[in-house]
Amino acid sequence: MELVCPAGNLPMLKAAVDNGANAVYIGFRDDTNARHFAGLNFNDKQLDQGIKYAHDRGVKVFVAINTYAQPNGWERWTAAVDRAAGLGVDAIILADMGVLDYAADRYPNVNLHLSVQGSATNPSAIGFMQRHFGIKRVVVPRVLSLAQVAHLIKETSVPVEIFGFGSLCVMVEGRCLLSSYATGQSPNTFGACSPAAHVEWRDTATGQETRLGGILIERRSHGEAAGYPTLCKGRYHVDGELRHAIEEPTSLNTLDILPDVMAAGVTAIKIEGRQRSTRYVSQVAKVWREAIDACTRNPQAFRPKESWNQILAQVSEGTQTTIGPYERTWH
Amino acid sequence: MTSSSNSSHRPRLSLGSILYLWPRERVMDFYAEMIESPVDVIYLGETICSKRRQLRPEDYWELAERVVAAGKQAVVSTLALIESDGELKTLQRICADERFMIEANDLGALGYLEGRPFVAGHSINLYNHRTLAFLAERGLARWVLPVELGRETAADLLRLRPEGVECELFAFGRLPLAYSARCFTAYNRNLAKDDCQFCCGDYPDGLTVSTQDGQPFLTLNGIQTQSANTHNLLPALDEVRSMGVDLLRISPQSAHTAEVAEVFAKVLDGEMDTAEGMAKLRDWAPSGLCDGYWTGQAGHSAGLSPMETR
Repeated sequence: MELVCPAGNLPMLKAAVDNGANAVYIGFRDDTNARHFAGLNFNDKQLDQGIKYAHDRGVKVFVAINTYAQPNGWERWTAAVDRAAGLGVDAIILADMGVLDYAADRYPNVNLHLSVQGSATNPSAIGFMQRHFGIKRVVVPRVLSLAQVAHLIKETSVPVEIFGFGSLCVMVEGRCLLSSYATGQSPNTFGACSPAAHVEWRDTATGQETRLGGILIERRSHGEAAGYPTLCKGRYHVDGELRHAIEEPTSLNTLDILPDVMAAGVTAIKIEGRQRSTRYVSQVAKVWREAIDACTRNPQAFRPKESWNQILAQVSEGTQTTIGPYERTWH
Repeated sequence: MTSSSNSSHRPRLSLGSILYLWPRERVMDFYAEMIESPVDVIYLGETICSKRRQLRPEDYWELAERVVAAGKQAVVSTLALIESDGELKTLQRICADERFMIEANDLGALGYLEGRPFVAGHSINLYNHRTLAFLAERGLARWVLPVELGRETAADLLRLRPEGVECELFAFGRLPLAYSARCFTAYNRNLAKDDCQFCCGDYPDGLTVSTQDGQPFLTLNGIQTQSANTHNLLPALDEVRSMGVDLLRISPQSAHTAEVAEVFAKVLDGEMDTAEGMAKLRDWAPSGLCDGYWTGQAGHSAGLSPMETR
């Protein structure tokens, strides 16, 4: 099973490679990728250096071009595909059917992966993408239980990659518009959820308020820990009760079910977090490398080490982790 | 401002599928009323949750026959998120029926519908002309613009669209914003999804989520999250018409849906002015109106239909 790690910049890429990633995924410095954050991602020189660093050490490089192009600006997406194809990367991760059609037509020999943002959750959807665009891998949205993932793998000939660790999207990726409802910008159209420019913090007598696009998404008492303000993890009133109406500020960790993930036939496990730090990717890659190796050697005896979970807990956003949708009770 | 009726291209009105869990009898009464309303196209079918089975595909086909008999077009809608084998089999069964046009809402449906005429619903990510051309070659007869896209992209796509492909806009209703594996209605009632007790049936217009300062923000409807505000394109009808939009969708709500259709029809036909129409629609949108997506703003904002209080 391949370990796919995030790299938001060159030091992160090197850290991922040095700590055991089998592949790294990166993006260009614009809205063609779903981590379009200020100061993040690669320029030309860094791309060349990064790809060489990874390839020299036998590590693959994937480029994510996984947002949705509109007619105005369409050329940015085709130019990004041209650029990625010219760099000799190991795969391009795409979501938009129009961009996939362009890439498959123009570069029939380049490996295309269907991004999680492509929202394919069943064999018929994956088969459609395979027939028309020849996708070589699908990253499945975080909506399937592990039993469903295992069944899906039996029903499709496209290798399946799943998210194993990091921030948890609660909604089907690629089909969540909550961010643009609040701010006008979404992962699909802008490459970011709850973009920082629309976040406002305010100290009031009743506590610290967080607004997104002017909408109050959280108010916590002074001293309560505050994570990155994502609107699906705020507290709201529902039927007269104040609660996390959509999800708690929790993040994904599937270390506990790693033997089952492997037994299901998952091709690759992805770590979320191109926007995170070099320290984050170093620690997470290291733990997951050790875990995957231990589990491969002896899946029956596999138990996550306490030290691994401690390290992962330190770099997790929020204070809790969850197995998320892979466990049916989460639904 | 009066909507001009001199343009040759008057958009038809459509009725989206019912997104909430209503009792069977209520559904039947609703369609009996809507068949008499000025909508030209009626979408029928469960799009949110496969556990809701008080109407089976056979029931929707029977309703579709009645819609056709009344001189309207019937379109059979399919589930927006296909996860399980059972859901996929039902989808396949619906798509095997060739009597009616079918609306694809999950990519999985495209796998069964390619090669025959179909509609791509708003949850199929059709954001550009290349996707439009690609799907048109595979049978796309009509697409519903993804709701976060605005007039600029709508105008570009209409200009670049292949001959004969129709464009439909989500014109009135709570905006469909997201889908999840989790049932949020059950979650907020502290019930497991597998033991949901069909609690979404308690909320005929969904369950409202309000911010801590009391603003209605979202609406929970099973695995779907909608806006609390009602998206409304009535103030944009002149523009919509001049662009050549073919259909305007009205999304069912528990009250006043037929009256909403009347207002749209009258304004389109020049029998009611927009201001009068807006005054009526405001009364039927309990959490207020919005239109930001259309003008390229945040979806919740209301540049075209300013609210009295905010």
